[in-house]
Amino acid sequence: MSAAPRKFRYISSDRRVLEDRRFVVGKGNFVADIVRPNMKHVALVFSPHPAARIVKVDGSEALKMPGVQYVLAGDELAAAIQPMPNGMPTPEVKRYPLAVGQARYVGEWIAAVVADTRALAEDAAEKVKVEYEPLPFVVDGKEAFKKDAPPVHPAHGSNILLDKTFVWGDVEGDFAASPRKISFSQKWGRSSTVPIETFGVIAEWDAWREVLDVWASIQMPKYADQIAGSMRLPMNAVRVHQDVDVGGSYGVKRGIKQTVLVCYLAKKLNMPVRLIEDRLDNMRGGDAHGPERNFDVEIAFDDSGIIRSMKMEALDNVGAYAGRSPFQLGKPIGAIVGPYKIKSVQYRAIAVTSNKTVQEAVRAFGQSPTNYTIERALDEVAWALNLDRLEVRRRNFIQPHEFPYLIPSGTTYDSGDYPGLVNKVAKHADLDAVYAERDRLRAEGLLAGVGFASCLEPSGGNSAFEPLLNRQNKTTTWMDSCRIAVDALGTITATMHTTSAGQGHETLVATVVGEALEIAPEKIRVSRAHTLDVMPSNSPVGSRMAIMLGGAAFHAANKLKHKMMTIAAHDLGVSLDDLVWNEGTVSGKKNPDQKLTWNDIVLIAHRHYYRMPEDMEPGLTTQHVMQVPNGGKLPTDDDRIQMYPCFSFEFHVVLMSIDPDIGKPEFRRYVIGHDCGTVINPKIVHGMTMGGIAHGIGAALLEEFAYDDQGQLLTQSFMDYLLPSAHEVPKIEAVHQVTPSPLTVFGQKGSGESGYLGAPAAISSAINDALRPLGIKMNSLPLKITKLGDAIAAARAKEAKQ
Amino acid sequence: MKPAAFDYIRAKSAAHASALLAEDENGRIIAGGQTLMPMLAMRLARPSRLIDVARISELSYIRDEKDKISIGATTRQVMVEKSTLIAKRLPLLHKAIEWVGHPPTRARGTVGGSLANSDPAAEISLVAATLGATLRYVDETGENSISTDEYFIGPMITALPATACLAGADFPVWSEKRVGTGFEEVNARSSDFAFVSAAAQAALDADDKCARIALGIGGLGDFPVRVDIDAAKDQIEKESAVREAIAEAIADIEPLADLHATAEYRQRVAVTLAYRAVRNAVREAKELAYAN
Amino acid sequence: MRTELKINGKSHVVDVEPRKSLLDCLREDLRLVGAHAGCEHGVCGACTVIVDGTPVRSCLMLAVQAEGSEVVTIEGIAPAPGELSILQDAFCETHGMQCGFCTPGMILAAHALLRDNQEPTREEIVEAISGNICRCTGYDQIIEAVALAARRMRGRNAPDQVSA
Repeated sequence: MSAAPRKFRYISSDRRVLEDRRFVVGKGNFVADIVRPNMKHVALVFSPHPAARIVKVDGSEALKMPGVQYVLAGDELAAAIQPMPNGMPTPEVKRYPLAVGQARYVGEWIAAVVADTRALAEDAAEKVKVEYEPLPFVVDGKEAFKKDAPPVHPAHGSNILLDKTFVWGDVEGDFAASPRKISFSQKWGRSSTVPIETFGVIAEWDAWREVLDVWASIQMPKYADQIAGSMRLPMNAVRVHQDVDVGGSYGVKRGIKQTVLVCYLAKKLNMPVRLIEDRLDNMRGGDAHGPERNFDVEIAFDDSGIIRSMKMEALDNVGAYAGRSPFQLGKPIGAIVGPYKIKSVQYRAIAVTSNKTVQEAVRAFGQSPTNYTIERALDEVAWALNLDRLEVRRRNFIQPHEFPYLIPSGTTYDSGDYPGLVNKVAKHADLDAVYAERDRLRAEGLLAGVGFASCLEPSGGNSAFEPLLNRQNKTTTWMDSCRIAVDALGTITATMHTTSAGQGHETLVATVVGEALEIAPEKIRVSRAHTLDVMPSNSPVGSRMAIMLGGAAFHAANKLKHKMMTIAAHDLGVSLDDLVWNEGTVSGKKNPDQKLTWNDIVLIAHRHYYRMPEDMEPGLTTQHVMQVPNGGKLPTDDDRIQMYPCFSFEFHVVLMSIDPDIGKPEFRRYVIGHDCGTVINPKIVHGMTMGGIAHGIGAALLEEFAYDDQGQLLTQSFMDYLLPSAHEVPKIEAVHQVTPSPLTVFGQKGSGESGYLGAPAAISSAINDALRPLGIKMNSLPLKITKLGDAIAAARAKEAKQ
Repeated sequence: MKPAAFDYIRAKSAAHASALLAEDENGRIIAGGQTLMPMLAMRLARPSRLIDVARISELSYIRDEKDKISIGATTRQVMVEKSTLIAKRLPLLHKAIEWVGHPPTRARGTVGGSLANSDPAAEISLVAATLGATLRYVDETGENSISTDEYFIGPMITALPATACLAGADFPVWSEKRVGTGFEEVNARSSDFAFVSAAAQAALDADDKCARIALGIGGLGDFPVRVDIDAAKDQIEKESAVREAIAEAIADIEPLADLHATAEYRQRVAVTLAYRAVRNAVREAKELAYAN
Repeated sequence: MRTELKINGKSHVVDVEPRKSLLDCLREDLRLVGAHAGCEHGVCGACTVIVDGTPVRSCLMLAVQAEGSEVVTIEGIAPAPGELSILQDAFCETHGMQCGFCTPGMILAAHALLRDNQEPTREEIVEAISGNICRCTGYDQIIEAVALAARRMRGRNAPDQVSA
């Protein structure tokens, strides 16, 4: 059940992105561009040990260095602030900006030095003497889960933050009734989004006004709340400036420990203080790392490839502290069966601490690893039955007429046409030709394979995983807001209440308001308020802004329109129902000469109160606070919950070859089909999808935060953590489909994570198809060249022996 | 990531640079800085003084000296890349240079800097080792030279005397009429250092017999090496013979192992790349016959 | 150390520590903040500026080394306040960016390419920007922007076409 695509004036048209002009001339307003008078700089002292007791921190030598203002260690800071918020009910897993008593990973920040320049601060940081007593450590997730593993937080008693098994439906019954079963294990490697801008923050305390100003490269729900909480300040003493441009985030720019550290120093020293992480700070101790997840899966299916039930165990190594990272096991519950009609699911979610850098929120919040595993399951079923992998997907797809579709874990999918998009892509790609090309490559002596992934992008993010995984947490409100004001001269300013990291929110708001008011988006000014101009927002996470900010802007615009028409009706002495709105002019339906122009109404609202309806507020300002569609409920006692409201769909077809002597994989063809409902700005959606695929290529082939067995992080710089360059990303062909959501104002769904949700799965699928003739499968990401090369060589050696 | 403090001085000549090095044992030469600057930023290098040789104009040249091409130490890599003389007379270096970093680093990076830093996988070093280049330097004793066979002694370590300033490199030009080249490298991204790389230059006589073969392998051991496969010279188009000769020639090299590639990988793939480099060099030389 | 720098055609005298990179000098001493610090070790390319006609990493060059060189930064590319170069406009037309952090470096790399090569192939564009990492776009709309700008610049020079 889907609404038919609608015609729009500005929505979906190929318009420029309003933000771009400032960036192409180097006039973005990034946090490192901001200078405050007498601003001081922070450098950090970090732990060289994966686990060690901190015996002593001696900053006396450092304090004697030129330009040094202060040396701060963990004990002082911890005594003055509240610990960082903890997502899980694990009170003994405390986290502070600087280590207190014990260092728990290589790179953990032990002390902070404040000096007149960053270079001087670094000079002094070298002089801070820290005495350590090394402790036993554990870096592997499965090892950390074991009973006798060294506990990362001894007071907590184990490394287990979360171990919960969900059973939705008659899993055992469905398994027993299924003629076929398979099982497999695979691992999603520790990678992340790694924006090119590191995290940065400036804090300035005004002791006379009692206001703490914060400028930060942030993408964090409830940031100001958290600062106020940790700093023990009233929230109306914290002013976060949201007009700071964020140089990429894709989830990770959480920055709370950095912010609290700098806020404390700014207040303590009564000087503006900034911390701009350098790449080393960022990679080893910032909000840099993402999910690292071991999957163990069993699938029950029948002879025709219909999957009846699935048991999935996901063990996530979240690193040294909790934060929100265990929730990344929770979000996938809302799409745990992917686009498939799997009747019952058992899901065991385990989050463990280890002596690795802390995991933060990463694009798709855990869904991409889960999709990688669901898609592997589909491939395995097809291979087990010797069926076409696409055919098996088609047989299991939820069909267009079955929406809204309730999945076993309690979420209802809004709309979709999965076979439709798959067919379009298959036609565009000419699958027969793709297979023929694969076979031609094989005949040339290469390994070659075709990969598929058909994945969902849950969007419109709410926090439903919070009450589900932590019953003490009853948060079910996850709103976003927009205010629209028409000034006395008739121009429009729309205000949003969040930072942006390239998602084009100003364009989104202007386009939606323009659509609603029938006014060119370019004429609308969009402002990003600071947090004392209080409007609730939950920041651009969970592919939510098209739905939530777009929705709030639409409703605020409609309220404005309604107010202007009410004024006109009163002034013209007619009923509201007799009037029509046309590009801001209100006129009689029957008598078009009876009309008021936009400027006439503005004049009345701002200057001529005597013409206003009785009791109506003067001026033209409206606001809308939007709650997530379909959201707001607590989980049921049997652990079912409506997670995100809208579900975008993507389908990847990838042809890859591998030089068997070298192991280097090469893209030969990459086609993606994408359906995120009504597209608000095609340039933005296309860019996010392409960027998501590039990010997925990195996760699949190149990127990993690798550790050695001594607990040392081997990838601390861009020389070792490898981001795809233009050479590594092939030309990608995109096929679009629009299946509007019935839950949103224009039928839009989210797209901020598109591409990334399926690319790793598709690439893995292609490579395993390529390796099939050798009888081997790769069970972990990233699939680095040398890993492939060594595996191929081993398989060939084994073959030669036989 | 700010360097520790240092002084800075511009050397007027190679001899001046050498004298400045002699003054201060913690002094260090900087030219293009494309290798040194990251090391400074990470404080892995902490010189007391940087001696900038980048502006010594007499060290920037590419000269045809009949039996050799002479390249000045401060010649930017981009000049080698764009040089028609190099393309014609030193095709192996021409092929290799585009594998060095990417355009912006080649714009600043110098030939001498790459040789002086001596990364085990550096392409210019590999070509120098393969062809048996001679490196010229200036120290307190005056102008000296050293062959690449003696020059490379370890990862990022060379036999260059402590007070020496590299002045240039002389790459031999082969006199044979039919000379082909092959360059192969595998890396994660095209701008990265190679896991392993191979360079080959082959000369064929009029009867397609191999008159001369030079082969070098980079990234495998501590430094790039020239490997002798003369045993396979008479069967240069026979894959198994060439592979066998290569495998034998590299058997004693202790392969590097790191995050990016295992020792087994490097050892195995070195043979493949070396074979392919030889094959391509021979093919190219053969094609020249038809062109002439 | 007193150093005279020529930036965007104008002479500036700065007093910098020898250890200061050209990037930090541009950003801190001259407040030209369009060049960005992404990695400070020469991999990401966000700090790209043009030195003596060629794109280079300003994090891999000391400010004192730039004395006497002609440096062009992103601030020197736009023809006038509020106006865009053909290339900058093409980046807006294709949305060849998202967060905008890598954009100045990307534009300078492409600017140098188009000065030398009016008809770049896709491969040539890829090579020219391969030293600049973009984490947002997957490069597609960046490559499209450079190709579009090249087309428009050719059009501008063709006598029978209206300038772009």
